[in-house]
Amino acid sequence: MAAEPLPELAAVHWRPRADAQRLDRTSLMWTAITVAHVVPFIAAGIALFLVQPLALPVSLASFAHAWVIPELYAQRGANVVRTGGSRFIRAPAGAEARSVGLLGDLVGHEARAMHAQTGLVPERGRLGVWLVGPAGAVLVRAGGGRFGRVVCYCVGVNDPSLPSGDRIAHLLLALRSDEEGFATVANLAFCGARWRVRRRLAAAMRPALDAGAAAARRLDTRAMP
Amino acid sequence: MSRLIRMDQTGHTTLAQWTADDPQAVEAAVAAFREELDRGYFAMVSTGEGQAEQVRELPVGAELVIMRLPISGG
Repeated sequence: MAAEPLPELAAVHWRPRADAQRLDRTSLMWTAITVAHVVPFIAAGIALFLVQPLALPVSLASFAHAWVIPELYAQRGANVVRTGGSRFIRAPAGAEARSVGLLGDLVGHEARAMHAQTGLVPERGRLGVWLVGPAGAVLVRAGGGRFGRVVCYCVGVNDPSLPSGDRIAHLLLALRSDEEGFATVANLAFCGARWRVRRRLAAAMRPALDAGAAAARRLDTRAMP
Repeated sequence: MSRLIRMDQTGHTTLAQWTADDPQAVEAAVAAFREELDRGYFAMVSTGEGQAEQVRELPVGAELVIMRLPISGG
């Protein structure tokens, strides 16, 4: 239990507080929604082809829908840690370096190296391993082995002039003070298979997800009796 | 030497520095701390590896106090 809940929770008072059980239910719901999107399109594609083989192009279009919809969701998940785009004002190099220096003071050597390599800061929590970026975070849940799950959150500080290191530090401090509150305040962008998000991440960021998955597996092993 | 810093567009700004045995420096730090709280910042202190805590009064014994802005879902 956190010493004090995040003050930002007052702005989202209608949301139930996130915890491991609620995240499990969210995962199940996202899986059910994905199945509900995919199965009808596949079934329709097969049925159309069986009824009228000349409708093959329509069947193929139906299969394409079954493939594209989960991919679009995964893209939305990967976007939470995307660093490009015009969302932020590019900070001067000196400010960026100072912010990264402060961030480096807050984390250990491994996390510093990971940030330098991938732009994401790994942080172990009770819910799993977090990968924190300037405008969002990916929670790698424990368990699931190779087919583990991730929860992608869009969350940030509303000052576009802040350098990226400070943006991450804001999120990291909030996460460390109240992890479940952090997951409540953040907007859920995607919950699903890790491999789907990995494919959509920039190549430079994938090592962070792989390391996060390995760390999450270790968390899972430690949790076993 | 303890430091009160604010994360801002410059990377960060040191607002105050003090030692517990310097009452004037502590007083100036407390004033700077309250001013930032009034501006809507939250004060954070690291409390161990991977842990942080929000504080409402300046912890005079803390090595580093960081002022942060509120976060929100994007």
